[in-house]
Amino acid sequence: MTTTEPTPEVVVDPNAINLTINGRPVAARKGELIIAAADRSGDYIPRFCYHPRMSSVGMCRQCLVEVEGPRGPMMVVSCMTPVAEGQVVRTETDQVKRAQEGIIELLLANHPLDCPVCDKGGECPLQDQAFSHGPGESRFIEEKRHYEKPIAISDLVLLDRERCILCDRCTRFADEVAGDALIHFTSRGNNTQVQTFPDEPFSSYFSGNTVQICPVGALTAQPYRFKARPWDLEKTESTCTTCSVGCRITLESSRDELLRYQGVDSDPVNHGWLCDKGRFNFESVKSDARLSNPLVRDGASLVETSWSSALSTAASIITSALRSGGATRVAILGGARGTNEDAHAWAKLADALAIDSVDAQLGDGLPAAVLAYSQATIDDASRASTIILLSPDLKEELPILYLRLRDASEKKRSRILEFAPKGSGLTRYAWKSVPYMPGNQATVVASTLSESAVSAQMAKGSVVVVVGRSNLAESDEYTMAALDAVMAAHPSATVLPVLRRGNVRGALSAGLGRRDAVDILTDAANGEIDCLVLVGSDPVADFPDTDLARRALAAVPNIIAVDTFATASSTKATVLLPAAAFGEKDGTTTNLEGRVTRLARKVTVNGTSRPDWMVALELADILGHDLGATSVAEVHADLVSSNPVFGPATRAALSAHPDGVVLAPLATVTPTPVAPPVAEKPGFGHRLVVGRKLYDNGRNVSESPSLAPLAPGSALHMHPLDLERLGAADGASVKVSGDRTSIVMNVVADDSVQRGTVWAAWAQSGANIGELIDATKWVNDVKVETL
Amino acid sequence: MARLSEENVRLAKEIISRYPRARSATIPLLHLAQQQDGHVTNEAMAHIGELVGATSAEVYGTASFYEMFKFEPVGKYLINICGTMSCALMGAEELMHHAEHRLGVKLGGTTDDGMFTLERAECQAACTEAPCLQVNYRYRFRVTDADFDSLVDDLKAGRLNDEIPAHGTVARVRQHIPVDRGVGAVPPEDVTEAPTWMDGKAAL
Repeated sequence: MTTTEPTPEVVVDPNAINLTINGRPVAARKGELIIAAADRSGDYIPRFCYHPRMSSVGMCRQCLVEVEGPRGPMMVVSCMTPVAEGQVVRTETDQVKRAQEGIIELLLANHPLDCPVCDKGGECPLQDQAFSHGPGESRFIEEKRHYEKPIAISDLVLLDRERCILCDRCTRFADEVAGDALIHFTSRGNNTQVQTFPDEPFSSYFSGNTVQICPVGALTAQPYRFKARPWDLEKTESTCTTCSVGCRITLESSRDELLRYQGVDSDPVNHGWLCDKGRFNFESVKSDARLSNPLVRDGASLVETSWSSALSTAASIITSALRSGGATRVAILGGARGTNEDAHAWAKLADALAIDSVDAQLGDGLPAAVLAYSQATIDDASRASTIILLSPDLKEELPILYLRLRDASEKKRSRILEFAPKGSGLTRYAWKSVPYMPGNQATVVASTLSESAVSAQMAKGSVVVVVGRSNLAESDEYTMAALDAVMAAHPSATVLPVLRRGNVRGALSAGLGRRDAVDILTDAANGEIDCLVLVGSDPVADFPDTDLARRALAAVPNIIAVDTFATASSTKATVLLPAAAFGEKDGTTTNLEGRVTRLARKVTVNGTSRPDWMVALELADILGHDLGATSVAEVHADLVSSNPVFGPATRAALSAHPDGVVLAPLATVTPTPVAPPVAEKPGFGHRLVVGRKLYDNGRNVSESPSLAPLAPGSALHMHPLDLERLGAADGASVKVSGDRTSIVMNVVADDSVQRGTVWAAWAQSGANIGELIDATKWVNDVKVETL
Repeated sequence: MARLSEENVRLAKEIISRYPRARSATIPLLHLAQQQDGHVTNEAMAHIGELVGATSAEVYGTASFYEMFKFEPVGKYLINICGTMSCALMGAEELMHHAEHRLGVKLGGTTDDGMFTLERAECQAACTEAPCLQVNYRYRFRVTDADFDSLVDDLKAGRLNDEIPAHGTVARVRQHIPVDRGVGAVPPEDVTEAPTWMDGKAAL
């Protein structure tokens, strides 16, 4: 019998390498380090300086192993030595042990044995490895080194220099990962220490990561220092919802109090890093200002009452509004800060009552249609050959996305083509940064993309457009028109929407984006809304047009607010219901790329607070609608079965994929091309650009004592030449006038601001720039005068 | 004072242009700053950072590695007395003692008139001429107490001005490399031909 089957072709992978570690064969990839290969094969090699997300430096020498060489076994540093074909590695011979013990003994020659009072004690790599790989005792009897303890290298991070083992992790992180090389080794030899420049603190948005990766207790964070012992901490994995990047974190608590968040290495999202705002705002969860019981208005004041009476008051308000004029008399704003389940429950309530005036955003985002384009993930963006930015300053709004894109540029994977009204954190890494005058971006984008060098670059590979709201003082249609201009020039481009609020994508996908908040608030101001439900939203503080928000809230007879804190908007509320905060409720969240991950409850709710979904279900129940769920698990099951967008995010899928499940683009909306009028250069005055800083007046910063002082405060940024022309000194007070009113602000010379524009940060203490924004205008121009 | 002067910025830019990467010029620029002010000021380090595209912390980290960059004001004359083995055997301790009395300062101190800073140094590689010292890194050999006194007198009277310039002076005549004789700021890996002035005399 003959066979006609061809013999299978043997494919030799040119990058495959076979080596032996401790006698067992290990398959590795070309260029991989011995220590990484050993980690995979389960042969633990002790280390201090090696970190898989940073370049190797071979500082600590702890990872010495034995490699068979032509002249017999030799000691190599496994974090600096790549694997090779046929390599024979031994990690547990007597010689290796002697070397490792020797290094530990030398490291401990100067390292204090103050573990009982050191925050790191109990989770310290040096302590652990001194036990597992150390000699057990030291021959050194000399006095150890002493330094002044501790020195503050920033407002958040303290350094105890005598504990430092000079592993270069924090300084490498600051330089390589964060791009803020504000700490460095100084002096030499025995005097070497990590220092900042005199009087220039390590004020990086990412400084907290250095505390997490410090292998000893040298770096400690002010909010956690001396608060707990590691063995007393209970941990659970969750997702940060401070912004929409959705970094994986652990919530760590002791005695039912949140004490620390740590970054978890999620390959598609945060690589283990967190921004300081996300890391330290746990303080706001335990703030004394939290609402703990329902409040109902009695005359001029709000009085505490029971949930049942507050909910029936709320229900009767909604009923009378529905009776008086139908579903158009009721509006719901918010829902982008909760879980997917919260959003789903509120969307079902809105469906049941046929309410159409629903928006999860507050006129500061983009239409939900942005989610209907062909979508890109963060990984897609960081691998794209061209990244086009039509976004706000990512360093200020979505810091970890900034790290990912900065890394893509620094490692030469991607070229960044930025379109911005003002220089951003990524400008210095951009291949090309094109400034535009707000109102003209579509034209600028179209003409730039038609340049031959740019179209040649875009033809090289994939193109990802990162699109978000770069200016709160202009119509969102300009951003959409600019996006359309990119899509017209390059139809195969994919879109990474960078809407900012923690779960805005989940809320929009769940159906909380039915009508623009600008229209809802305009209706309200015209007396056409009888009942406004605020689900974790504060239009007076967050809606760009402060005047419209104020007028709208004054004109609405009844406001029901569900929030963790009393806000500027909820002071006028008839019913104020305390909501469970992050860390106090279970559920799932959706990040900006549509990745659904799990949120976990770690601590008991404050007072009698309830999660938003429960409030919606109970309200529905009183109003006579059974939403068919009584627990968060049932709400989730209903979300997955009834909303096709969330179809893949089943409980089983989320359990199987801790990094989350990515949703498909939103199919319920269709992008319609917009053609806003091109706004010419302001003939008189300056075009207003309003963006955000990482630290602002938002409650999770202002209620976190460690972060609140970091908000820069209100100021008007102006190009130095414009400032000179105005005749004002840097720092002087100036009068800034819009059509309605004028405010007094300090002016700051800033050469990242374009000439002819002025820039101000949103939600800062001091003069409120929102007073000058008119949401009904295409763009806003202001007049700046000296006092 | 403090930041680099206009003339020195011009020089700094010329120095930077000799390197393929601007931050390679950090140390020459630190010398320039020390020449300008007698020591390296914080303002100058921040200025150098701006010029070479590094943070102030990186410039400070590099500068502080080197003993000969001073971050506090030192006297016009920095006197380093060697205290290592050979000099110690030949009376360096006594010489230091005498110097402290003569100048009225402790080791590491600067005289009130800002003329002298006295320091102890490690081996200066002149063991056959012990005890030795350096004034602004210019040698004096087999120094006796009397030699030290007359050295101080001469320095005060300005009789050694020609030989020993003020602390921080790298060179009193700065050489300017003509453009046609510079190799240019080409990264080494990109160099494909010998500079023209070599007329092909050197092979790459």
